[in-house]
Amino acid sequence: MAKKYDVIVIGAGIVGSLVARYLSKYQLKILLIEKEVDVGMGTSSANSAALHAGYDAVPGSNKAITNLMAVDMWPQLSQELGIDYDRCGDYVVAVNDEEMEMLKVLLDRGQRNSVPGLEMIDGEEMQQREPLIHPNVVGALWAPTGGLGDPFAATIAAAENAVMNGVELRLNTAFENFIMENGRVVGIRTNQGDFHCRWVVNAAGLYADEVMHKAGLRSDFKIRPRRGEYIILDKADFQLTRPTLLFPTPSDKGKGILVASTLHGNVIVGPNANFVDSKENKDLTSEGVQEIWSGGQKLIPSINKKHIIAEFGGLRATGNAPASNPEVDYHQDFIIEIPEGVQGLVNLGGIESPGFTAAPAIAIKVIELLQGAGEALEEKPDWNPIRVPRPVFRHLSREEQAALTAKDPAYGRIVCRCETVTEGEILAEIHAPIPADTYDAIKRRTWLGTGRCQGGFDMPRVVKILAQELSISPEEVTKKGEGSDLLFRSTKDVETDHLTVENLL
Amino acid sequence: MKQTYDVIIIGSGPGGLAAAIAAKENGAEDVLIIERDIELGGILVQCIHNGFGLELFDKDMPGPAYAQHFIDQVRGLGIHTLMDTMVLDITPNRKIYAINKDQGYIELNARTIVLAMGCRERTRAQILLPGARPAGVYTAGTAQRFVNVEGHMPGEKFVILGSGDIGMIMARRLTIEGARVERVLEIMPYLTGLTRNYVQCLLDYGITLQKQRTVNRIIGRNRVEAIEAVSVDEKWNPIPGSKEIIPCDTLLLSVGLIPENELSKKAGVLLDPITNGPFVDDRFMTNVPGIFAAGNVVHVYDLVDWVTEAGYVAGKGAAQYAQSEKIKIGPQIALEAGENIRYVVPHTLDKDHLAEDLVRLQMRAIAPIEERVLVTVEDQNGDVIAKKGEAYARPGEILSLVIKSTSYEAVQKTTSLRVNVRRR
Repeated sequence: MAKKYDVIVIGAGIVGSLVARYLSKYQLKILLIEKEVDVGMGTSSANSAALHAGYDAVPGSNKAITNLMAVDMWPQLSQELGIDYDRCGDYVVAVNDEEMEMLKVLLDRGQRNSVPGLEMIDGEEMQQREPLIHPNVVGALWAPTGGLGDPFAATIAAAENAVMNGVELRLNTAFENFIMENGRVVGIRTNQGDFHCRWVVNAAGLYADEVMHKAGLRSDFKIRPRRGEYIILDKADFQLTRPTLLFPTPSDKGKGILVASTLHGNVIVGPNANFVDSKENKDLTSEGVQEIWSGGQKLIPSINKKHIIAEFGGLRATGNAPASNPEVDYHQDFIIEIPEGVQGLVNLGGIESPGFTAAPAIAIKVIELLQGAGEALEEKPDWNPIRVPRPVFRHLSREEQAALTAKDPAYGRIVCRCETVTEGEILAEIHAPIPADTYDAIKRRTWLGTGRCQGGFDMPRVVKILAQELSISPEEVTKKGEGSDLLFRSTKDVETDHLTVENLL
Repeated sequence: MKQTYDVIIIGSGPGGLAAAIAAKENGAEDVLIIERDIELGGILVQCIHNGFGLELFDKDMPGPAYAQHFIDQVRGLGIHTLMDTMVLDITPNRKIYAINKDQGYIELNARTIVLAMGCRERTRAQILLPGARPAGVYTAGTAQRFVNVEGHMPGEKFVILGSGDIGMIMARRLTIEGARVERVLEIMPYLTGLTRNYVQCLLDYGITLQKQRTVNRIIGRNRVEAIEAVSVDEKWNPIPGSKEIIPCDTLLLSVGLIPENELSKKAGVLLDPITNGPFVDDRFMTNVPGIFAAGNVVHVYDLVDWVTEAGYVAGKGAAQYAQSEKIKIGPQIALEAGENIRYVVPHTLDKDHLAEDLVRLQMRAIAPIEERVLVTVEDQNGDVIAKKGEAYARPGEILSLVIKSTSYEAVQKTTSLRVNVRRR
């Protein structure tokens, strides 16, 4: 007899993890499945880490509604989940009159979306606020509620808080089909077997279209993966004057190539936006790097290629859903619905930018939809919204570092010298509620290997620690799950038992 | 453990070991080496191939044996060591903050510091290598650690990008361990490592080196499955029709080394953008009084013997500085990179110092000259102060030249010193 759940959430990206986290507040038996080896490995793993103020979403669209609602949620949510969030504000800059006109459109849109504090500033004022800005800049739109988030930390913390509150997380579990009974979803088939339930939430990100098609829904809805490439600069070599996000004036290709601070202290440049053929194609291209570099130089001409320490590509789940409000003429909206025709499914789709920002609001919308469908959703008396963050050595003062090391000597061994990550932090993640059991899982959680040597120093040491803690051989340690082995065999791997002194003589 | 030392050396590779020995032998009483690994010797520990010691000892030693020679002296001289300890911060007034498992947080004062952190490898990201990001892309040095220290093979079928020394040495090492090295690709039209390594590691093992050819794309979702190679012109533009998919499971990168100076920067040490190491005088003192630097942290050497020699010079200077009355800094004169010279180390020379010690200059050529060359040091009028003939000049091999104390008078008269390398 297969297990029976109240709700199964498909996909442990930022949306699925937050849906599970907010649902864990209620007396529900919840399963969160993820096809990858870790949470947050799809669109949540590679984006601009921007928390958008909400001035560029089309008024009345789901994007606008959830974005604005979520901006008010992040301060409390980041506190509860023990993650960083910097409401540093952002700028959209213009370099000519035409772009200035576009900024006015954005300002108007923002005001209709009730974005607080928007302000037009002139080029001179922009130069004063960020002296590194391109001298061509003639004006900017300032949005004080824009900010920096950390999509890795947010996804991991949300999923962890969900697990702490009784959600069952199954990794390496890929959705294959729905189990239907009389037009109602009663379970799902996966590569790990069948799971029965009363409700399914489709939070499958790039694959959300394929999932809903399996339920016979929205056959014309299509997600086209759109790749964005990014460059990271060494924090020791280059910084903006103060943390912020600098966007160019947007075009039909999206928000454009930004230069921004990150919560990890680096400057990020990107993304471009190119449709690709595969939902797994995160390849970096020479042309792409060139494109984002010249884009970045239009904002900050002093960026220097010598300071590049990392590049990566990420995918966005660009959909083609019309806005649910028929009065809004927009055809790239989020789908947030309980569809007609299929019962037992909360359907989400097309969650691209501002999806990271909007995710907590999307989770609340899911709860409202369930309530609207007659779910009583009784609160658990013992729900704990607080996830206590684990120590981050490099963020501590000298005194705190000394105290922590005195308490637990493992914090006295630095394993990643560029980012100053300790053995203690690695051990804590390996033994966390969602155990980090691959190199990349530890990298995403501790930020080791992300600095200027890109893991060259730490990797042999991390492999050793993982093998020891998981009681496996170093050759079984992977970068990111099955098929991504780091090591193949031992050296001198030959039978030596017969080489006794007697035999040789 | 003491709170204050005469000389604290950060790093126990060949530069650090030599600096510690020289410091002790030149009168420093309390000398401490701080090492982040669990053994002394730095990168030499994983360099189990031979080729070390030819210049200094006229002996051909493997790396660990070369290191042991100095480790024995360090032990014999009563030099203190702090192992498995990472330095977190250095201040300009020579306070050192370090940490380890046993003692926890450590605060030390040094009368002088010798920076000997060595260098790190250039990564995939720094050369903007396109394609997927699977497992199986390693720097040659990381692979070397896996094989020689940890005892694990990071792959079976390799392509190596870059003809740097570690890459070529790993090509041989992996072949001996039963792996296959499909190709070594070099984007430059010339070898970037030592010719002897090309002969002993590639030619002798039948491994193909292709110049002006590079990796165009990495293929493979979870683990490397292949790389796409492409030929390039002088400006590194891909040549149409030259692409080839080479199936492999591992890509090793041997694409350059960068001096490791994050701590130096914290201490206020100024770096030369060409060497990526500190500006140093002929005692290997940086712009921060009392902070010296030795070895690959200053610029990337080709032979360990010269790193050791630099360590001796820095260690002696540090010891003298620690006993302040023993050092007198004279007027400085800049050593300029002239014709076909990319850089000269040291950057400046103490005119007075030349009376007591010779000065060894280390240079790298900009372009290769495959015929007999003359390396010269010239004064402001173009008169030669020191010279040395070489069979050739190659960017991959350091040029070395000594200004002897006999040139003392000539150096006093000039306002500039320029180093050149020309065809004879």
